[in-house]
Amino acid sequence: MLHRVENTGRWFDPMRQMRFAQRDMGRLFDNLRLAALPEFPLMNIWTGPDGAVVTAEIPGVAPEDLDIAVHQNTVTLRGSRPAEPLAEDSVIHRQERVTGAFVRNLILPFRVDGDHATAKFRNGVLRLDLPRPEADKPHKITVSRS
Amino acid sequence: MTEIQTDETVPTEATRTEPVFTPPCDIIETTAGVQMVLDMPGADPDSLEVTLDNRVLRISARSASSEPQGYALVHAEYRDGNYERRFTVSEPIDTAKIEAVFKDGVLRLILPKAAPSPAAKISVKAA
Repeated sequence: MLHRVENTGRWFDPMRQMRFAQRDMGRLFDNLRLAALPEFPLMNIWTGPDGAVVTAEIPGVAPEDLDIAVHQNTVTLRGSRPAEPLAEDSVIHRQERVTGAFVRNLILPFRVDGDHATAKFRNGVLRLDLPRPEADKPHKITVSRS
Repeated sequence: MTEIQTDETVPTEATRTEPVFTPPCDIIETTAGVQMVLDMPGADPDSLEVTLDNRVLRISARSASSEPQGYALVHAEYRDGNYERRFTVSEPIDTAKIEAVFKDGVLRLILPKAAPSPAAKISVKAA
């Protein structure tokens, strides 16, 4: 009699189906991560061959109060969002906006040319252009046939 | 006391696929009026609309994408989208004197309370 190797072939094997289901569920829950608490400011990061672009939502902070520092591959964004000044007879009905000091550090996978980095602030969104130094940029190597 | 609350029933849907976000809001009331502060980073000031219709204050704005050309997104914490929020204002508001200022991504609304209408004396005719 032929002996069937377990787990192969196309025959119906309920145990195998269950193992597959178990593996799929394991994968599903392995990928599940508890989302980190929302940080302030929220950032989006883009990268390209020339460097990175970082945008951050910083509404209500004057651009001159922002402190942005670049050191090698680390970008530090510091600032403070003042609370609303309250008059004597004020009553707060809602307070959903976050206030206070904030700092965020960003470590990029390459060095940043601090002399050519620029920052623009428009409608509450900060855009940082972080170019890589010329010497650090990837070089394209052409292959020649010998 | 002024009771301001969001309209929880929003049955309408947008015709665009962009997500619509509720901007966080501070509401501070003084004897003179109500001050509302809304965070709307990235909102386009030209598209910003504030309407007060039948005690429903509606704030909406579209936002332009901040995506740079020639770069690939590697990490995202916020999405591009539009803003919309509605409030029901119970206190009579002097609609002609509403002030709205949009600066650095923050919309500030000052809604002055309407002066109470003087008590009208109704003369009674003896018949």
